[in-house]
Order: sequence, then C-alpha cells, then structure tokens
Amino acid sequence: MRGDGAVRGPAGRAGAPRGSASALSPRLQALLERSQAYRLFAGLRAPEAGAIFLAQRRVYILPTRHGVVFGLALVLMLIGSINYQLSLGYVLTFLLAGTGLVSMLHTYRNLAHLYVSAARVDPVFVGDQARFRLHLENPNAYDRTALWLRTGESAVAADVGARGSATVQLPVAAPRRGYLQLPRVTVETRFPLALFRAWSYVQPAVRALVYPRPDDAPLPPAQLIPDTGAAVSAGIGADDFAGLRPYQPTDSPRHIAWKSVARGNGMLTKVFAGRGAEELWLDLAALPPALDLEQKLSRLAGWVLHAEREGYAYGLRLPDKTLSPAHGPAHRDDCLKALALHEPGPAAR
Amino acid sequence: MNPAPPLASLLVLGAGILLAGAQHVPRLPWWVTALVLGALAWRTWAAWRGERMPRRWLLYVLVVCGIAAVFLSYRTLFGRDAGVTMLVLFLALKLLETRTHRDVVIVTFLCFFLSLTSFFYSQTIAAGALMLATVLVLTAALVGFSGPTRPVARNFRTAGVLLVQGLPVMLLLFLFFPRVPGPLWGMPADAYSGMTGLSESMSPGDISSLSQSDAIAFRARFDGDPPEKKHMYWRGPVFWDFDGRSWRPGDVPNFDAPQFEPYGAPVTYAVTIEPHNRPWLFALDLPARVAPGAFLTHDYQLHARRPVRVRTRYEMGSFLEYAATGGRAERALELARALPADFNPKAVALARQWARDARSSEEIVLRAVEFFRRAGFGYTLNPPPLGRDSVDDFLFGTKRGFCEHFSSAFAYLMRAAGVPARIVTGYQGGEVNPVDGYVTVRQADAHAWVEVWLGAGGWTRVDPTAAAVPLRIESGLAAAIPRGEPLPFLVRSDLTWLRTLRFNWEALANYWNQWILGYSPERQRVLLNRLGMPDANWQALAQVLFWSVGAVIVAFALWLLRKAKPRDAAHALWLRFCAKLARRGTPRRAAEGPRSFAERAARAHPRAAERIRAIAALYIDLRYGPAPEDGAVARLRSLVREFRA
Repeated sequence: MRGDGAVRGPAGRAGAPRGSASALSPRLQALLERSQAYRLFAGLRAPEAGAIFLAQRRVYILPTRHGVVFGLALVLMLIGSINYQLSLGYVLTFLLAGTGLVSMLHTYRNLAHLYVSAARVDPVFVGDQARFRLHLENPNAYDRTALWLRTGESAVAADVGARGSATVQLPVAAPRRGYLQLPRVTVETRFPLALFRAWSYVQPAVRALVYPRPDDAPLPPAQLIPDTGAAVSAGIGADDFAGLRPYQPTDSPRHIAWKSVARGNGMLTKVFAGRGAEELWLDLAALPPALDLEQKLSRLAGWVLHAEREGYAYGLRLPDKTLSPAHGPAHRDDCLKALALHEPGPAAR
Repeated sequence: MNPAPPLASLLVLGAGILLAGAQHVPRLPWWVTALVLGALAWRTWAAWRGERMPRRWLLYVLVVCGIAAVFLSYRTLFGRDAGVTMLVLFLALKLLETRTHRDVVIVTFLCFFLSLTSFFYSQTIAAGALMLATVLVLTAALVGFSGPTRPVARNFRTAGVLLVQGLPVMLLLFLFFPRVPGPLWGMPADAYSGMTGLSESMSPGDISSLSQSDAIAFRARFDGDPPEKKHMYWRGPVFWDFDGRSWRPGDVPNFDAPQFEPYGAPVTYAVTIEPHNRPWLFALDLPARVAPGAFLTHDYQLHARRPVRVRTRYEMGSFLEYAATGGRAERALELARALPADFNPKAVALARQWARDARSSEEIVLRAVEFFRRAGFGYTLNPPPLGRDSVDDFLFGTKRGFCEHFSSAFAYLMRAAGVPARIVTGYQGGEVNPVDGYVTVRQADAHAWVEVWLGAGGWTRVDPTAAAVPLRIESGLAAAIPRGEPLPFLVRSDLTWLRTLRFNWEALANYWNQWILGYSPERQRVLLNRLGMPDANWQALAQVLFWSVGAVIVAFALWLLRKAKPRDAAHALWLRFCAKLARRGTPRRAAEGPRSFAERAARAHPRAAERIRAIAALYIDLRYGPAPEDGAVARLRSLVREFRA
C-alpha cells in the first residue's frame, strides 16, 4: 500500500499562522515567532514541517502536584528542625531541597534538545484508528527516560537511548474521510523524581489519508464490453481455461500460473474464456438516489475492494474524475484515494 | 500514566522504609514493628503474585485499632514517642494502599518525616550516615517509579547523581539559612527523657550506676596544656542536706556572693556540654567567670538559666588554687553541721572521739583522712547493700564502696565532729584525646567529694576516695576497679589499638558535634563576620541565599543543558550559514538539499549569489566529495563568518 508520507515543505502547511503576522516583515515575524507567548497562542497552531527541535524556549516546566506537596513537606520539616533544633534535620531538609531543585534541571534536560519528526502513515478507513508514527531522535550523550507523547485520546511512553532514536505509534481516531492532520501532540516527562513536569507541544505536518468506510453490498452485474477485452480471447462458458499469456502488472495474483513460475518459465497469466470481457464500471451517478453521498462513497469503496478481490478489471466514475478500468493494488489505492478526497461539486448536490 | 508499581521499585521502597524506621525499632512497641513488617511482606507478595490488596474497610478497621492500641500503650496520642508511633502506623497502613504513583510518593514523603523524627533521639555520625542511605534508597525508589523501564542499579546511580548535585545547595542553605535560637513553640513533654547525667540528689548507688556509662558528659578544649588529671575536679551540684540515706541540695538561702581569693593565673578553656536536661554547667574548681546565660551560686555552682537541652558551648576560666572564703555566714555553717538524729551511733562516737582529741578542725580532718587511708577500704562498682545505719555499715562492715559511699561517710564523720562539711558532685579527670587535643569527660568519670570549712582557709576540698583508693584519682577508674569487675568497654585501658581507634573516632565525632550539630546562631554570626558581613539580618541572608543558590543552579543548568556537539565541523558551519540566510528571510526548507537551497537563495539575494554558490559548493565538496584538501574546513569557516546576505 502506498500512503502519504510526511508532507514536507510549505505545501504541507495547513495555512499561515492566524492573525496579521504573516503580513509583517520577515524579520519582525521571525522575532515574533521566537517569543514564547506567540508560540503558545499562535505560532504552534500551524503544523511544522520536517524535524522539530525542542529548543529550550519551547520546553515549559512547572512543579507537579507531587512537587507542591514535596515543597510543603520540606517547609514542615524545616519548621520541625527549627523548633526542635535538629541540626541533622536541617541537613536532611536542605539536602532534599537541593536534590529537588536539581531534579528540575534533570526533568528539563530529559525533554529539551530532542528532535521529533513524523514518519509516513498508512491510510485507514473511516472508523479505524490512524497509526501516526513519530520518530524521536536524541542527539545527546545521555539517555532520555519515560517520555510521554499524548494527544487528546491516547498516550504512549518512550525511552530514547544516548545518541539513539525511537519510534512511537500514536493511534488517532479517523472519524471522517479525507486527510487527517495529526493533532497537536504534547511531549512531556516527569522523570526522574516526578516533582516537575516538563512539556512541549509539537504538531508535525503529517496527515493520514482516510478512505470511506466500505460497506458489504454485492457487486453490481458486470457489463460486457467486447472491444476492451484486449487481454483475453473471447469465448463462452464463464470459467473455462483458455490459455496463458505474459504477465502484466495489473493482473490479479489469483490468475498467475504459479506452476509455470516454479518451473522457471517466467510469469504467465492464466486466461479464462468469457472472463476478461467483463468490465466493471463503478459509477457514483448510477447509485440509487436514496443513499446520501457518504453512503454512496462507502458503497463504491466496498465495491472497489470486492472487485479487486475477485480479480475484475474495474473503473471508477465520479462527477469530476474518471479512472479507467484496471486491476491491482495501485489501481485500488488510486480509486480509494479518489473516493476519500471526493468533493461534491455544485452539480452533485 | 499510572501503571501498577513495578516489583523491583517496590522492593527498593521497602528497603527505604526499613532504613527510615531502623532507628525507631528499639523504642517502638513490638506490635508496631510487626505490623510494618507484615504490611511490607503483604504488599510485596501482592505485587509479586499480582494478588489484590486488602480491602478498604479492612484498612479502616486497622487504622481505628492501631490508634486505640497506641493510646493504650502511651496513654496519649500526642507527644514525641506516641507521635512517632502514629507516624509509623500510618506508614504501614498506607503501604497496604499503594496502588498508584501518588501513593508511592506519599509513602516516600512519610519516610522522610520518619527519618527526621529519628533525630529526636540521636544525631550521631551513624545517624547521619543512616539518613544519607535512607535518602539515597528512597530517591532511587522515586526514580524507579517515574521511569519504570530502567534496571534498579541505574536508578541508584541516578539517585546518587541527584544527591551529589544537590549537595552544594544543601551546603549553602545549611550555612546561610537564617538560624533562629530556641524552640518556636513548646516541646512535647517527653522530649527530654532518657538523657543521662548527674541527678538532683545522691544516694548510694547513683553514681556507680552512672559509672557504667560510656556516654560523653562534655568535652573541653584548653588554651595551652590541660592541667594534671588529679587537679581536674569538674564542679557540679553541691549537697547540704542529709536525711540518713540521701544527700539533697537542701533549702539553703543564697547567703552571700560567691567570693574567693585566687592564687596564680586562671586556666582558660571552652566546654562543649552534651544535653542532660538539668540546669547545671560544669567548670573546674573554682570558676573564674560566668558563662553567658548562666549565674554562679554562693557555693560556686555554675547554673544555666534553663535546663541544658541542646549541646552547648561556653568559654570558661578557672583558678585551680584558691581560698574559698564565700559562704561563711553562721547560718550556712550551721546547716553544714546538721545531722539527722539517731543514725549511725558508731560513726558518731568515732567522730566525737576525734573532736575531743584534736585541737583544730584541720587536725580532725587529717585524722579522718588517715582513718580512710588505713582502714582498708575497697573500691567497687557493685557495693554490697547497706542497712538503715548506712554509714556505720559501710565504715565498719562492708568497707567496699564507690565514691558516693566514701564522700557520704566522710562528710557524716565531719559533721558529727562539728566540722561544717558539704558534698560536691561532678566529674573527676577526663581523657586527653591526642588526635585533636580535646579533654573528653564521660559519665563514667562522675565523682563525689567533700568540702569542709576550715576557718581562714575557707571551704577546702577533701577527696576521701583519693585517700582510700589513690589510683582512682591518679590513673582513673579503670585502674582503681579490681580486675574482673564489669567496666564500660571504652574505659578499659588494656587494648591499645582500640584506644587509638577510639581517639580517632571521638575526634571525628567532636568535629561533627562542633561544626555540624553545633552550628548555632552564634557560629553563623562568627562565620558571617569572617565573610565580611558583620551584622547580617535575615534579609541580607535571604539575598545571599537567593543569589548563591541561583548561581549554583544556573551553573548546573549551563553544564547539564549544553548542546550536543555536532560531530561534523562542516555540517555545523553549514547550519550556521543556513541560520544567517534564515535571518534574511530565506529559511532552508526541510526537503531542500544544499544545491537546490543555494540556487533558491542565490535567486533571492542576487547580490550575494556568488558567495552563496561558493559556500554551497565548498560544503558539498567537504561533505560528499572524496578526501577534502587541507584547510578546506578553515576556508569554509572564514567564508561563512564573513558572509552577509
């Protein structure tokens, strides 16, 4: 299957940042983009292309609830040490305070200076989960432990070794056909003491192609179109073996003469009399008008899969696009993509 | 984000709990210890077998029962010991409830508290080491729970790194956090039980029981050489009142000022006294000055205004030779002749005999000393029990006793003979530690002697123990006690290597006491003085802390967050070049190779096109070409440095 890889370059951007910033001079805009507030409220809403470097200015850190409780506990311990004049109590309290402070730096370091990039993502059907793959690369000589990547619906953990990399899969539900942009991902960590939480937002420009959900209606009857049966010798009798011809990439694997391949005679396709003459046109306009557009697209998607499985040569006819009959995974994916991206023109509605 | 706690980290946490509670075990009721161990075992087993944990209602029942049991054990829920027991109890029950990361964190923090409370009882070096170990293990447990995939050994390493890096901040806070003297609020009533030291009365057996103790009473550091051992009488409580068995301070009004005539120059020294929960301080006979916050009584006792509850250091001076002429008021002398009626007829008869034969008080005293020397008294830590006429029984019966027997009998004889006499308790001698020069005085050095009034000579010290058993004063307890009697281990003198070890250890302990435990508001002031901040208030200290801790953290941040060095110099220069172009509005796109980017940039900046192409060509050559010629990187560097779009 061929999916949409990480989209690179400005073409992948879902649009310019909001506001009037895009009208400013490039210099001023560059300045603006460096400021944290701008990133937080505007800049980060646009997906970023390429590998995202978690520079220090885009990594935030705050104490967790545990950290706050830890601080309160230290205050209590300090008061106890003062009241009971426990010198070792001071030592213990201050040692914990120092360790807690240093742990803040370690938490921050566990996240900062990481590269996050998106890998290609396979197409899915509506209702399935798109499995986005994020690639984490650690340029530093220390390990990064317990990084969490979360979207609104899922969270996965990852460890990245020193100068190593890791790939995580983030499942995202695909409710609608078309392109599904990876939502904003929060990368966060609480390692080592969970007293602080460092986090950063990334949204790599990567989108999954979502096909319409196929339904399981039976195929429509094929039409016999005599002048298109180039690959077959016409005949009567539906499944009679008629001979062999050289393999073409669009041939169904079920019709390859594997025995001949095994004998070393090269790839040959078995030809059946009366089969190749059938050509299947899957036409949006020919579907019953009782179905709405999405149902029609689902029906067509189901037929595409069905026809591919059965080994038919099939064509797809949409109001604004026509794919002539062919066969094979590439053709199937082209058809599904056309269905996924189909925009109802003014004529269709 | 909240998976079940991993078994290995749970085990580490369990070790931390055991370490934090170890100091408390001897004082805890046995059932609390059993409960903690049981809870630990249950929790570990549950984690190991994946079993469920006790139900919540069971925990509630245990909490209620536990509180009731603590109340039954201590008759209170407050105070030091009951409070610690409750803390341990809650820790054990919380352990049975550790399901999430949050529970683990709570258990850890409770353990830190528990570790702190152990300092109520002991702040020795060992306690400090145990605390460090506890913190290390608990930190490793915290690391383990927030990074569940790592092996335990690496968690310990990370914890060690965190602690070591936390040390500078700890040191700064320890030195500069404004120290406040005294308790902020009341201490629990039982906070000071279990401190050893001289008591407010003297009965036969009191001091000999103290003599079994190795515990250090105080340390002294002399300016110059310490005096001879036989001159070191550390004066403590003075007793006037005898009821036939016990000596008590008596209701003696403060007759007159503590005056005396000194001879010679005073010796000066500093005493660091261990807390003993009594007001008296110790000084060599006779104290020449009064420590701050203390006063001198008419019978030359040095008293603090409050009981000594923390280790305290004070500067002292003493005259070893003097005529103690204070306290000559007739009423005082009368009190010092008083005897309970109808006790010890044989002793009274003997004393009356001396009084008839002798011409002066001095002669009576000399006769008595002679009697003690010749009567064949023995020194023992386990004196036989005495009857109602304790002095008679001792002098003419058992003849074996400890310093309180000797001094009590001597003072009784003196009073019976009409010579005013009083008992002085304190410590005799001390041991010079050759490592740091401090004189260490232990509870085992506790001693009692007698002062008699000799008219013009004033109150004169007579040590009947020295007369009867001279070795005790000249060579110390170990020599005076017959072989075979139990002695405090550290006082035995026959193991030289042990003594050397002990001297070193005690010198270390003394540094610990002086500089870690004894770091008081006064010491802090001295340090600030030395640092050029003579009158630093808390605001100034807060500033010092803010900037110094901030500097430490920033330094660590710069070191920890230093960027990874690009492994390829040419690539680093190329990135710098791209950054320059990006600032001029031509950022390199992620998909663009050097050649296509250079072309686009050259079109965008026609005036710099030549240089852009040159830099890109050189970079491509360096990066992808065959072995580059010498100096190519340097040329690229100068090109990039001078590049202006």
